[in-house]
Amino acid sequence: MNLKPWIAVAVIGMAGVAIAQDNSTLSIDGETFVTETDAPAHLENVSTIYSGWRFRTPETQALQVDDFDNPAMIFVDQGIDLFNAVDGTEGKSCASCHTDGPEEFAGLHAKMPKVVDGKLVVMEDLINTHRQDVMGAEPWKWSGADMQAMVALIGLQSRGMPMDVAIDGDAAPFWEKGKEIYYTRYGQLELSCSNCHENNYGNMIRADHLSQGQINGFPTYRLKQAKLISRHNRFRGCIRDTRAETFAEGSEEFKALELYVASRANGLDIETPAVRQ
Amino acid sequence: MASGVKPRVKVPKTASAGDTITIKTLISHKMESGQRKDDDGNIIPRSIINRFTADFNGQNVIDVALEPAISTNPYFQFEAIVPESGEFKFTWYDDDGDVYEESKKIEVS
Repeated sequence: MNLKPWIAVAVIGMAGVAIAQDNSTLSIDGETFVTETDAPAHLENVSTIYSGWRFRTPETQALQVDDFDNPAMIFVDQGIDLFNAVDGTEGKSCASCHTDGPEEFAGLHAKMPKVVDGKLVVMEDLINTHRQDVMGAEPWKWSGADMQAMVALIGLQSRGMPMDVAIDGDAAPFWEKGKEIYYTRYGQLELSCSNCHENNYGNMIRADHLSQGQINGFPTYRLKQAKLISRHNRFRGCIRDTRAETFAEGSEEFKALELYVASRANGLDIETPAVRQ
Repeated sequence: MASGVKPRVKVPKTASAGDTITIKTLISHKMESGQRKDDDGNIIPRSIINRFTADFNGQNVIDVALEPAISTNPYFQFEAIVPESGEFKFTWYDDDGDVYEESKKIEVS
């Protein structure tokens, strides 16, 4: 019988595919990042959380190690220009009020999304609210280049700080809703977030090396799209790939999901703006 | 002038004579290939950086011809041997006739 060796080869082949995260260390300009740590207490099925950086190829990882090589920094530069650009009927720029510059926002990104006056607020909401109410300017499109450049600029100020979103108190109902979405199977393929990012991280889904789906590096520069990708854009992409009708970017569902997914990364250092495949 | 063009260069500040140093350059540019169409079906005219050069104290180090297939924000990394202190001058030539320049000094001991 020739069959048995073939089976053995097939089994080894599959085992070879199931490579987990690598064990390299992310260090940018001498600062070392936490890319692996104990899971936050609320996580029931995962004991260790890993940054998505650990699941990427060495070439992609290298792009994030040097800020000059990081293509996302072009967009951060554009964010600085936007920060100083006057827009709207009030004749103001971001810098008119935020006189200390973007550095004023150090630490903010780590706490987002958060609940303000009973509503769940994410960074894009904050930016557009200020643009409309204070500057009298048109709101930016959620995943537009201007918006994500600004989100990345503000996020960069918190780089190296651990994610630390609140999930209790006012945030609890939103967090529960996000958790429910995370574990709900969507689409013709009937896949939930957890099916890939909790049960199968480290495995290959066709050509893609599944990470835990942590969002501590967003907005990230995706090589595939050659631009900054928002958290909601990525949520939409994943749900679309299950062949489902997706929620809209900026919808209450995605905001709740963002809170829940952000809380799964509590303890990992912020890498914004990260580079991914 | 194409919008949002910003050259960026990374050159070590110091080196020893005869050292081989690594130079990194990046310029933000759309690199419109001339192959794409807009929403109305009209071809978007080609607008790319077509040439990049680096000179050290007037001597040419690298001279690159760029073609439309090169993607947005072209990045170049190359090595050079520096015999003496001096200045690197980088020049990017745009299809629309614009020239973007950047220079960096290096101390050689």
